[in-house]
Amino acid sequence: MKDTNIKQRLIGDRLMKFGVCALAMLTAVPLIAIIGEVVMNGYDQLSWSFFTEPTPTAYKAMKAMQSGQPVPGGIANGIVGTMIILGMAIVVAVPVGILCGTYLAEHKTKRFAQAVSYMTDLLQGTPSVIIGIIVYIWVVVPMKSYSAIAGSVALCIMMLPLIVRSTEETLKILPSSLQEAGLALGGNRARVMLKVQLPAAFGGIFTGVLLAISRVIGETAPLMFTALGCSFVRWSIDKPISAVPLLIWEFFNDPNLQNLIWGASLFLLMFVLTLNLQLNILQKNGIIKTNT
Amino acid sequence: MSDKIYKVISFLAALAVPVVCGGIIYALVTDAYGAFEYFGFFNFLTSSDWNYTEGHEQYGALPFIVGTLLTTLLALILCIPFSLPVALFVGEYFKGTRIANVLNTVIELLAGIPSIIYGLWGFYALRPLVMALNISPHGSGILTASLVLAIMIVPYAASLSAEFIKMVPNDLKEGAYSLGATRAEVIRRVIFPVAGSGIFSSYVLAIGRALGETMTVTMLIGNTNNIPTSLTATGNSMASIIANQFGEADGLRLSSLIAIGLILFLITALINMVGKIMIKRASIV
Repeated sequence: MKDTNIKQRLIGDRLMKFGVCALAMLTAVPLIAIIGEVVMNGYDQLSWSFFTEPTPTAYKAMKAMQSGQPVPGGIANGIVGTMIILGMAIVVAVPVGILCGTYLAEHKTKRFAQAVSYMTDLLQGTPSVIIGIIVYIWVVVPMKSYSAIAGSVALCIMMLPLIVRSTEETLKILPSSLQEAGLALGGNRARVMLKVQLPAAFGGIFTGVLLAISRVIGETAPLMFTALGCSFVRWSIDKPISAVPLLIWEFFNDPNLQNLIWGASLFLLMFVLTLNLQLNILQKNGIIKTNT
Repeated sequence: MSDKIYKVISFLAALAVPVVCGGIIYALVTDAYGAFEYFGFFNFLTSSDWNYTEGHEQYGALPFIVGTLLTTLLALILCIPFSLPVALFVGEYFKGTRIANVLNTVIELLAGIPSIIYGLWGFYALRPLVMALNISPHGSGILTASLVLAIMIVPYAASLSAEFIKMVPNDLKEGAYSLGATRAEVIRRVIFPVAGSGIFSSYVLAIGRALGETMTVTMLIGNTNNIPTSLTATGNSMASIIANQFGEADGLRLSSLIAIGLILFLITALINMVGKIMIKRASIV
């Protein structure tokens, strides 16, 4: 250690602590700035009709702007589209992800399971825009049309590794005595997994699913080449469909629709942040439960 | 009987992941092959022309590779002075206290904001600021994109480094304290050496995040297909050129975009693999 006197060392210590605290607190600034910006610009656009009406055409919006009226319409088409795309993705990704997670947790020493585990990491790290390209090649080209199905395949691929990971991790931290007790009572592995281990792991898996939803609901890039977008409310799954983040991107690129950007962003941001806060609370409760 | 069915079904579910991964690589390689065959692999990587007028089609990936690496590197440099203090704050100074929990929540919320909203904020709030400060005349460019990118990767780097800082054994720290070290000295001479490889790996994973970020970069980088000459110049990243042109592309141009996608996929896969291996090593020690 350098031979400096104690006073300097103590001052250095104080400076370090002060610096760490100041810089750490600074990271809250962007969060507040982003929420502030979106809320300030967006709150007066939210109204009942914003959620029940589809996006206006650029011409309609332009006319309304020229005559000084507020831009009519809303994001109903995006909300319906997001619900359909996300709903289908959840229906596929959740069971497959949970089953895959149970497989990985049960066979952690097998070569194959380790390989799958690596590939889960690979999939999780794949940039979302590449998932978009892939689903375009896989689904859009053979079907010759952009569709809600393609969009949900993209989101499904993005959710899958998150659900696999959370299932695997939760099952791994369960005490092994739980499984042993079940097996000792004469249940076979399937029964013990389905009736004992999975229910015990429910909290962790549920948070994992919610986390996956909150991660993919704002994804834009994979939907641009798969779901494409659509300016009216559509319920069919084999045609182009809109989604809230896609609408934001559309509004961003169309000067006539720019007035709707912040309302749509506020809706999306509030949804995602509430989901994240809920998750936070769930996770804390989960920790308390496993301790007692 | 039900045991067998369960085994088969869970095996099939586990098979889904390798099938998807294999499918991704297969589809990218077969569809990128056209561009690589036409221009030659190394020529495609090192050419900086991007011309889609018919008859003069010429595509090269260099400007976008440079754009991606520049934004990522700059974002990494800008993110360190904030994520490291956050990690120390949560993992050492205020470990387990309520204020650390608050900061943790802030970090988690930052990680949850969709990238398109980061892009909007960058475009409507940060870009005017950059223009007002006279850093660059049009506001968008490598620097603006990197700034927002840095904010986006702070949560990933910080939360993971905090875990490694928390894992430093108390005995080591107490040993240093008993020798008369101040807290700053403990951090510099005990925590950083012990948790260093873990902290480093968390930054590697943060790089993996930044490389593939699409919407934010697309909205802020300025979208010009040339090699950026300065930090305030406009450019394009690999992800943003795909986002910009994929919808209208066909034939050779589509194949070239997919080839860029393949390169991006390989780079992120490599970075992520290195990061994961380093984390495994760091956790064992």
